[in-house]
Amino acid sequence: MKRASILMIIGPLFLLGLYFFPLWNIMLGAPQYPEPLGMDIYIDGIKGANEFDIQNIDGLNHYIGMRKLPKPEEMWEFGTFPIVIGIMVGLGVLIGILGFAGKISYKWFLGWFVLMSILGVMGMYDFNAWMVDYGTNLDPNAIMKLANPDGTPMSYKPPLFGHAKMLNFDVTSLPAAGAWAMFIGMCLTLAAFYIGWKKAPKSDTSLTKKYATQ
Amino acid sequence: MKKYSYFISALMVSALLLTSCGNQNGNGGSNSALASNNAEKVYVAPGEQDEFYAFMSGGYSGNITVYGLPSGRLFKEIPVFSQFPTSGYGYSEETKPMLNTSFGFVPWDDAHHPDISQTNGELDGRWIFINGNNTPRIARVSLSTFETEEIIELPNSAGNHSSSFITENTEYVVAGTRFSVPVPQRDMPINEYKGNFKGALSFISIAPDTGRLNLDFQMMMPGFNYDLSHPGRGKSHGWFFFTTYNTEEANSLMEVNSSQNDKDFIAAVNWKMIAEYVKNGGGTKMATEYAHNVYDEHTHSATSTMKKEVITVDPTKVPGAVFFLPTPKSPHGCDVDPSGQYIIGNGKLSADLTIHSFDKMIAAIEGKKFDGEAYGIPILKFEDVLAGTVKSGGLGPLHTEFDDKGNAYTTFFISSEVVKWKLGTWEVLDRQPTFYSVGHLMIPGGNSRKPFGKYVVAMNKITKDRYLPTGPEMEHSAQLYDISGDKMELIYDFPTHGEPHYAAGIPAELLAPKSKKIYRLDDNKHPFAVTSPDQAKVVREGKEVHVYMSTIRSHFTPDNIEGIKVGDKVYFHITNHEQDFDVPHGFAMIGQNTSELLIMPGQTKTSLWEPKKVGVWPFYCTDFCSALHQEMQGYVRVSPADSDVPLTYTLGE
Repeated sequence: MKRASILMIIGPLFLLGLYFFPLWNIMLGAPQYPEPLGMDIYIDGIKGANEFDIQNIDGLNHYIGMRKLPKPEEMWEFGTFPIVIGIMVGLGVLIGILGFAGKISYKWFLGWFVLMSILGVMGMYDFNAWMVDYGTNLDPNAIMKLANPDGTPMSYKPPLFGHAKMLNFDVTSLPAAGAWAMFIGMCLTLAAFYIGWKKAPKSDTSLTKKYATQ
Repeated sequence: MKKYSYFISALMVSALLLTSCGNQNGNGGSNSALASNNAEKVYVAPGEQDEFYAFMSGGYSGNITVYGLPSGRLFKEIPVFSQFPTSGYGYSEETKPMLNTSFGFVPWDDAHHPDISQTNGELDGRWIFINGNNTPRIARVSLSTFETEEIIELPNSAGNHSSSFITENTEYVVAGTRFSVPVPQRDMPINEYKGNFKGALSFISIAPDTGRLNLDFQMMMPGFNYDLSHPGRGKSHGWFFFTTYNTEEANSLMEVNSSQNDKDFIAAVNWKMIAEYVKNGGGTKMATEYAHNVYDEHTHSATSTMKKEVITVDPTKVPGAVFFLPTPKSPHGCDVDPSGQYIIGNGKLSADLTIHSFDKMIAAIEGKKFDGEAYGIPILKFEDVLAGTVKSGGLGPLHTEFDDKGNAYTTFFISSEVVKWKLGTWEVLDRQPTFYSVGHLMIPGGNSRKPFGKYVVAMNKITKDRYLPTGPEMEHSAQLYDISGDKMELIYDFPTHGEPHYAAGIPAELLAPKSKKIYRLDDNKHPFAVTSPDQAKVVREGKEVHVYMSTIRSHFTPDNIEGIKVGDKVYFHITNHEQDFDVPHGFAMIGQNTSELLIMPGQTKTSLWEPKKVGVWPFYCTDFCSALHQEMQGYVRVSPADSDVPLTYTLGE
């Protein structure tokens, strides 16, 4: 249980990486952009992969009527996410410490993991919803109004994960260092739960078996 | 006949090297394995980049052209001494002061010898310097922006030819006069030249951090012609060497009258000693007038200041600082090997090269072994300073560059060839024809302590049949030789713009990473800059109208202006708001008596328009900036001089 608790203390601390590294990265390459434009999405705002990329992406997007990329104060998420992550880190570490002191059971470890996963999925859902809005809610006076072969207006939602071809751009959207740190941290808490479960007294194990057989 | 014999020998060589016998061309047939190998050496595949930058002087174009080696592709023309409508250099209000001189606005010069800044005798790629030969000037060009940043005029000088060469820590850029003149200038009979004219050698100090130039002192030498020069390096650092001709001091029919002496001189100047002398208050302050023009990267503007004084030094007042080394037959090129030991004087009317030894020179000076003096300057004995002679078999040696393996390469103008020889043994190792009548040659770093001996470029004066004919006037030809092996191999031949005299080459890896992509808008200190479109405005001050305009793909702000009147002076101050690599915007107004402007991202440039006719006149962007470039235009309404149309400016209304 001590080992499991130490892992449970360390795991949530990995989430602190989200304050320093981007959660997600979207790169836009095109023939005239051999060095692709890119945006790094942090929990508290969007930054260019290179200094002027945001301005240049906005400059290109204005042709097809996309809005400018949001500044931190323009989206509530960028204010809320850092607080939520902070609370989750504090909560996780607290659970680990209490586990270490033998005050609470390893099951709390799983509880934290499940809560974090739910929040993560909600975050992804929100992110995707924003991208749908950003890519489809276009200026009716856009300079270029393009249609799909079936006649519907073309939309420009970037992929949530992976690669897509959008007009002359190759768009690649992938988790970045912050997301990987979060992933590792969450895996550690899952491992903490697993070790805690394996090392738990027999009664607990039989309890689990009993539940399983019912 | 010469060409014929090369043809025969090349045929024989090909026959020996290859079993193929279908070679119809003495310069390597297109079908031979050798030629295809050479094609690979110069082939830089699409999307790949060259190994070296080559900066070639433009001669009478007044500018510098930038080429890639080995491909010979032209990357850019950098305007230096000449107005350049392509970018608006010398036309925009900001850059007109760059071409100011004590003679007023001089829109052109004859650019000769580029030299790249050095640290410890090695290329450091901060700046490139070049001389204006006609109205004596030295320019400094930034190698991060590839823009001319500074031009300093040289008083008391004429035909600024033995210039612009850099001491090994970029302490000085040195400029010598080719034509001696009365100093100070005065009304006097030309035939009283002898003994009365002076040859000024100018030492311009360079601020290590900013590169800022300052004419530290001028040495007033005897009235010879100072042809070319190079600094000492390594052990000879602190000395400078100048070839001279017309030691006869003739003033007419010079081609005969200044070719009479069997030997002229190389002037050896201990500049460290003279700089010290000047620092301690030596020299004479002389009233004069010369322009000093500085371009500021942050205000994007040049200012011209007229200087009124120069310190002159009489060389006889600094004993031990200047000596003459007799050198045969009107020497032209003056080159110093990478070790600093050998000073090569190429007697242009001779077949042989004369090599002086720095150690022997110092020994002769210490032993006071003089062979008379000229105007009070001691002449050393030829035999005492001579290190050796290269018996080349060529004719008309001009210039020498060096590789990193102890070899030297000398051009021969009259016999049209490059000769490779060994330093120390003076043995000729190889010779290759040039096409035709080669002047300078260039090995990247070939006049520094660290040459990059992979290629030599020969720059020729005569082109004739090398390319498809283009009427009587043709660009000059250059040949590229691979010198990585024992023998030189001609691998490429390409036309060059203007008349490249000298060139300077540098490995791309030393420059490319430092090359600026944009100017930062938030660094723009131009007094008429608008850093956001809502600052755009039009302000009338009497008959002057200032348009504070911004551009971004794909519109001008404002793009409709009314209330302009005939007789106004309208200044368009245009700021390019792009912060993206390679997205300039242009500006041109119908009927404007000047060139267009090309404004780089983050930059502000100003164009003056003096409307003469009533009407509605369009302006537009001259650079195909985007898919909507054709829409990037605007109108100015010009009303009669006495009209009361109010001044308005709008966008999208």
